[in-house]
Amino acid sequence: MVKWRRPGDGERRERARQDWLGALSCGRSVDGVSAYLDHASTTPLHPAAKAALLTALDDGWADPARLYREGRRARMLLDAARETVAGVLGARADEVSFCASGTAAAHLAVLGAAAGRRRAGDLVLVSAVEHSSVLHAADQHERTGGRTRQLPVDGLGRVRLDACVPPPGTALVSVQHANHEVGTVQPVAAVAAAAHAAGVPLHTDAAMTVGRIPVDLGALGADLLTASGHKFGGPAGVGILVVRSGTRWANPMPADERELGRAAGFPNLPAAVATATALHARAAELAAERHRLGALTAELRARLPELVADVEVLGDPDPAGRLPHLVAFSCLYVAGEALLGELDRAGIAVSSGSSCTSDALTPSHVLVAMGALSHGNVRVSFGRDSSPADLADLLDVLPGAVAGIRERAGAVGL
Amino acid sequence: MSAATERTRDAVTDPPMSEAQSPDGPAPDLTVDSLGRRCPLPIIDLAKRIGEVPVGGTVELLADDPAAAPDVSAWCRLRGHELLATRDFPAGQAFLVRRTG
Repeated sequence: MVKWRRPGDGERRERARQDWLGALSCGRSVDGVSAYLDHASTTPLHPAAKAALLTALDDGWADPARLYREGRRARMLLDAARETVAGVLGARADEVSFCASGTAAAHLAVLGAAAGRRRAGDLVLVSAVEHSSVLHAADQHERTGGRTRQLPVDGLGRVRLDACVPPPGTALVSVQHANHEVGTVQPVAAVAAAAHAAGVPLHTDAAMTVGRIPVDLGALGADLLTASGHKFGGPAGVGILVVRSGTRWANPMPADERELGRAAGFPNLPAAVATATALHARAAELAAERHRLGALTAELRARLPELVADVEVLGDPDPAGRLPHLVAFSCLYVAGEALLGELDRAGIAVSSGSSCTSDALTPSHVLVAMGALSHGNVRVSFGRDSSPADLADLLDVLPGAVAGIRERAGAVGL
Repeated sequence: MSAATERTRDAVTDPPMSEAQSPDGPAPDLTVDSLGRRCPLPIIDLAKRIGEVPVGGTVELLADDPAAAPDVSAWCRLRGHELLATRDFPAGQAFLVRRTG
């Protein structure tokens, strides 16, 4: 006879923690995924972040705004996390705030800079290939009476510098550090110089680059920078908002005293600590990882045209001009949805910007802005636990999958 | 929508649609009706039939998938054909393509 026993508090908490962490750490062995190649969407928790999270759950549960011992201890953890993030990004600690997500950080950066510079102008310039979080913030700015304009990009998805000169009345320029769909690195420093020459601040969405390639605020010249913890091995639910001192910024949301007045509400302290730990660990691994993953993407870019007919590899062929861990390509006459399905059945997880894979059934605005083929699109992104075996799996399956879909669509010999 | 659905049943064999043809420009040598067909099918339809017109001839593709505009343009670039004009009409868009090779 089974004897039911009510687990004790500690035991129950430990079990919940294990379940939760178990669900988070989806490596090769979980869910039957043999090759998880969507690390640009999100990546498993870094082991160092996992350890820090467990510790911070125990030590950092109290309210960091309170003055008693537990509160002070939480405060010290939060301050240390802020110092760590600031140190890696080349910022000052009081310029860094944690918020609910990378998306929330981008919203706060764009709308806060626009609000802070209302008297200087009402025009927000954003590149045509920004992440939806920046575009949605720009839409919101427009809905509340402001103006926005999109900066065009070239065929590689790189913003055209000649279009980046802000006209009078510009409140903010927002250009991502690197593109999330094709991996093209943007000329942020040059855009910042053009913006500053007109007295306009620059926001850069660095969600794709922080923890992947060196990101230094001084070198970039950005006045505002945003990033997302779960993109580089932190837990979800942490955005990083950096507002350089001297930048005019006004919280577009109701504010309180939390996070230097930039993000209201009790912060997710253990997750912020884990995020800072992940970033610190990634910074130490960066050089080796860039080299290792750069070799995988270089091989994929080289092999694709050999293995698959009528494939267009997207983004900058020059490794210096693109992210080291991401390759996007489009296969002519292939439905992206069908291709994702075929790869998924083979245990390969990738993402796509094709219209048939989007809820709105519209093609990716990035691919459209670049003039790239939008159907048959695949984004492959490698991460910390990716190996040459993952790439080999993809290269084994992809040619047959593409050929089969083309054959079923009657698109052979066209 | 029912008219468009009806038309797509024989999308590839349907006769050219007078309503979609330009009131000013010369009539295309061939019209391919891909209304109601989701990408990449309109591009496949276009690729299958462009060989029916001589080099220098024109094909008009009718499509209403939102990905058709970027994809017709990209296909022309990839295949070296020339996208001469794009026009909106009530049921979708018309793309006039010149075969160059």
